[in-house]
Amino acid sequence: MDFSLLLQLTLNGLIVGALYGVVAMSFVLIYKASQVVNFAQGEFLLVGAWVCWWFLTDWQLPFWMGFLFTLAFMTLFGLVLQVVVLRPLIGEPVISVIMATIGLGIFFQALMKWIFGVFAKPFPPIFATERVSVLGLEVQTVYLLSLAISLLIMLGFAWFFTASKHGLAMRATAFDQQVAQSLGVSVPRVFAMSWAISAVVSSVAGVVVGVVNGVSSALSFYGIKVFPAVILGGLDSILGAVLGGIIVGLLENWAHYLDSQWLNWGNMFQIAPFYALVLILLLKPYGLFGTKNIERV
Amino acid sequence: MASAYFLPAGDYRTSYRADTTIFPTRNSRIALWLGIAILACAPLALGRWELSLLINIGILGIAALGLNILVGFTGQISIGHAAFFGVGAFASAWLHEAFHIPVWACIPLAGAITALVGLVFGAPAARLKGLYLAIATLAAQFILEDFFARSAWFTGGVAGRITEPLTLFGYAFDSEETFFYVVLVAVIVMFTAAANLMRTRDGRALVAVRDHYLSAELMGINLAYYRTLSFGISSLFAGIGGALYAHYLLFVSVEAFNILFSIQFLGMVIIGGLGSIMGSLMGAAFMVLLPEAVQGLADLLAGSALDHALKIGASISYLREMAIGAAIILFLIFEPDGLAHRWRLIKAYWKLYPYSH
Repeated sequence: MDFSLLLQLTLNGLIVGALYGVVAMSFVLIYKASQVVNFAQGEFLLVGAWVCWWFLTDWQLPFWMGFLFTLAFMTLFGLVLQVVVLRPLIGEPVISVIMATIGLGIFFQALMKWIFGVFAKPFPPIFATERVSVLGLEVQTVYLLSLAISLLIMLGFAWFFTASKHGLAMRATAFDQQVAQSLGVSVPRVFAMSWAISAVVSSVAGVVVGVVNGVSSALSFYGIKVFPAVILGGLDSILGAVLGGIIVGLLENWAHYLDSQWLNWGNMFQIAPFYALVLILLLKPYGLFGTKNIERV
Repeated sequence: MASAYFLPAGDYRTSYRADTTIFPTRNSRIALWLGIAILACAPLALGRWELSLLINIGILGIAALGLNILVGFTGQISIGHAAFFGVGAFASAWLHEAFHIPVWACIPLAGAITALVGLVFGAPAARLKGLYLAIATLAAQFILEDFFARSAWFTGGVAGRITEPLTLFGYAFDSEETFFYVVLVAVIVMFTAAANLMRTRDGRALVAVRDHYLSAELMGINLAYYRTLSFGISSLFAGIGGALYAHYLLFVSVEAFNILFSIQFLGMVIIGGLGSIMGSLMGAAFMVLLPEAVQGLADLLAGSALDHALKIGASISYLREMAIGAAIILFLIFEPDGLAHRWRLIKAYWKLYPYSH
């Protein structure tokens, strides 16, 4: 048993899991506010990372400036998507909405491949020191930063939903659209805002992953990994999404450890979350923190 | 989704038999036989390329019909249909190679195996619905894809599996011209079967589950049974489509049955029209012809300044994917009832011409 590897992988799992948690949170945000299951969440990461990469390499902007421009772009991107594609579909059956987001997903994935090519491209170096050691373990600086950013975003969300006016409006909309509307909440604006916030937050995760691994279409796979995370936590619980993300990150890395030490099946970590997903769906379909849907006729 | 027929005034149905007939008017029956006759003559007139397109439309149409039974008639979403299609393809090839079962028997057997696999992965459907089910089928897609890559005994591993052509009484259906008839017969059989299924108690139960599952349950329909059954039927169609596909291409590759392919199936169902049997075929035709149209457009622009500026020739495969995504979104926004609905409108227009307004 290789104990230091296990520790290293656990740490990796926590860090990657926190990123999953962030993406899952922005997924849940859209679902809570507008009841849309966004299958294009991974493409938000992809578009955000490519746009940031483009600002940094083609425009030669410093990182903080390129990053801010990216956030501005993604705000607009989320707004436009919601207004142009999702708004006409309000009131359509759930399958139409799901299909529309799937269509958006493949459209933007192909568009990014068309514009930027299929090969992974590295970000220009951002930090002077690539790695630092924490408790005797080698950790990439970007990962540490990503952990900090993830925590910051989570705290931001917590503040947003408990103290800010817009956050409360969003929760009211999620609770009951008609009641919220009668109290003066503009429901279309809440929908648009949820998409914008979700796109921005996802793109932050996309940039972080891009800085670590380079930008390529593999990024959009994060959007798929989100599903085990949100199902685990419950589709409509932000806290559940964060925990689900961390659990999926840990599960992936532990499966990798198990695989590398004993099983040698290869590629185990890619698929382990999906087995977990099926199990959860069979045992506890509404997740750990999700609201159980009780229906009366 | 309501199927509105435009019947001449005064044509009342006086028996249940008349009410459940598949082709309500004489003209529609004539059109059907005429259509089959014209298609049967197609290999005489068309080249191999056009025939291969028609064969693809037929094969994908069968699988899309299966998905339409699940999505359009039962109201359950599956994002793993291509994986079931793949199970059918590999099962047929494997049955032939491992047990030397003749190919004509392998195809229905592969359908049965796929139906069983579909029942296993459809088991969550007994409890889940809507998006939870969509996500469960997404997991099925990845698990099955992983299984294909892992199990060399079944799929031939990375190298893929070479399949034998279909032979019947010593005659091999190994060219476009001959295999076309196999697909034509399969399409007629499967589409008739689906149309008839929808007239039975089971078929109507599926529709009831879609329209309002609580009411359906109150009327004595076993929800868990019919939801799972629907998965089984859908996988059966996918398996038969996949088996035909394997014996048409004579080679099955592990990577072919990815999630994009699953999405294409969903696209066929949406574009063709949810809950429409002929719509499945129209959607399949649309999805097969769309990449060709994109290719044609790219060929038209080849060498022009636009081509150089946008790298169209080099990135044609991405353009095709984009076209698929865009087609799905545009249909959902502007024609949510699909091509089948548009076709009904066109028929109604001619029936009422020149007083269509």
